[in-house]
Amino acid sequence: MSEETTAMPMSDSGSESRRRSPVEWLKDLRDNRAHLFLLGFMLLASLAVIDFRTWLVLTISGVAMGAMLFLMASGMTLTFGLMSVLNLAHGAFISLGAFAGGTVLAFWLDGFTDAPSLLTNLVAIVPALLFAALVAGVVGLVFEKLVIKPVYGDHLKQILVTVGGSIILMQLIEVIWGPNEIPVTRPESLSGAFFVPEFLPLIGGIVLEKYRLLAVVLGLAIYAAMLWVIDRTRIGILIRAGVESREMVEIQGYRIHLLFLGVFVAGSALAGLGGVMWGMYKELLTPHMGDEMMISVIVVIILGGLGSIRGCFYGALLVGLINLYIGFVEPRLAAVATVGLMVGVLMWRPQGLIPVIKI
Amino acid sequence: MAEPILTLSGVKADIDQYHILHGVDLVVPKGELTVLLGRNGAGKSTTLRTIMGLTTLTGGTVTYQGQDISRWPTPKIARAGIAFVPESMGIFGLLTVRENLVLAAVNGPMDEARLQWIFDLFPPLKKFWDKPAGTLSGGQKQMLAIARAVIEPRELLLVDEPTKGLAPAIINDLADAFEQLKEQQVSILLVEQNFNFSRRLGQSVAVMNDGAVVHAGTMTELAENDELQQDLLGLGLGAHQ
Repeated sequence: MSEETTAMPMSDSGSESRRRSPVEWLKDLRDNRAHLFLLGFMLLASLAVIDFRTWLVLTISGVAMGAMLFLMASGMTLTFGLMSVLNLAHGAFISLGAFAGGTVLAFWLDGFTDAPSLLTNLVAIVPALLFAALVAGVVGLVFEKLVIKPVYGDHLKQILVTVGGSIILMQLIEVIWGPNEIPVTRPESLSGAFFVPEFLPLIGGIVLEKYRLLAVVLGLAIYAAMLWVIDRTRIGILIRAGVESREMVEIQGYRIHLLFLGVFVAGSALAGLGGVMWGMYKELLTPHMGDEMMISVIVVIILGGLGSIRGCFYGALLVGLINLYIGFVEPRLAAVATVGLMVGVLMWRPQGLIPVIKI
Repeated sequence: MAEPILTLSGVKADIDQYHILHGVDLVVPKGELTVLLGRNGAGKSTTLRTIMGLTTLTGGTVTYQGQDISRWPTPKIARAGIAFVPESMGIFGLLTVRENLVLAAVNGPMDEARLQWIFDLFPPLKKFWDKPAGTLSGGQKQMLAIARAVIEPRELLLVDEPTKGLAPAIINDLADAFEQLKEQQVSILLVEQNFNFSRRLGQSVAVMNDGAVVHAGTMTELAENDELQQDLLGLGLGAHQ
């Protein structure tokens, strides 16, 4: 292995006009766009061993899974990136969102979920999503003030205190909603599946679960919205600046703590949103459902590069896809695959797929 | 001497368990450029950081425009009109030049005329407007750091060793920029090791040693007195002239 691993200079304007050989192009992709390289590799490699129709169904399911994972993980990567706060109670916010949203769907607006019309169902789904985000966001606000604020800058204390906070939150869920699991039925228009007509070439005859399509659409919409905020708005510039250097943000005259509080609340709200989606997917709510997702969430944010929204998105896609592919080929290996993916990526790129440079 | 814009009296500061400043007394006259000289480790940078509220003050007071700002948080000090360019420059390398300046303009959109003035001072900033600031050269980064400090009118600039490691041509550009700021009556406190640069720009001067100011006066006085220079700075400055 003697290939050149030095990254090509980005500002080399001459390289665009020069024709590059496919090998060069691949090497560039591998070194400078590792997330796309890995995603492409995974898609092609799985396609080689799984027949096309099954592969397509698995891929859409994997992307749906990834979209939900992204919703659940994005808040945590931002809080870590901006303030290097390790919030291990993030899973409890996922559960909290699931219960809050589930309450709207199963108890308050349950009349709207039975009708087979998508429009009627949305009357219940939209408030459920908003209510979940609101509850998780408000609890996040209180949680930051009470639990996180006293332990800035000390990872060990953060781990201890947020694990404790997580237990308290999950117990509170049991106090409010009772110790029993709560079944949540998906709204009528989202249960069941689409059947692609047989006569269509290539994709004819495949079955796509409607709910997964909703997860994909919602995940992509929120990813796009987050990218817009991060890339185009002043708040986004501030967040990126804060990830690089908190002190310099303060020197410019901005109160970094206020910014962080906002990001923490937004991150908690996103966890809540992800929680409802996950709850509707599982159709069963338990106080520990968020905590059970934490391993995957942590894998996703480490894989993507701590603090990176784009990295989080691609990390979530990769974890979602590998779960489905490996689960199909050899179900017993599915759980190992996620962690194996992380180990592999970290050996290759210890800073994650899309690292955020900290000065 | 003009009335002071900033006064430090008996300022003490610690970093971890080390006492760095042992009672700094310093006056920065309004509308003048004051140079803070001294050997490495004398406490010059810590003095600037303490004014900015970045190093905790353990004694004494910092008075800015008649207000005691000793215990103010850093953002409040910045919004009161004090801009700080640290020695590391503190450029956000992943942000573009434009984004760096957008953030620096805390009070809203950038003023077009002022931006044009900055482009005239530092043409590379216009050229690399949408490039990540991390890709700029050292001198261009310093230009951006100073542009960031003056993108909005500020009362007082604290600049830490802007010429460090830069080529003479760029140092000249920076000196021109400081000249223009002086004409605009901006008060500046400049930490500098380059004596020729400081002598060209400075009106008043303070020399620090071992965490305290050991000499304060006008630049003309120090520049004309070789013995004093020898004594305070330990430089054989004849060689530079």
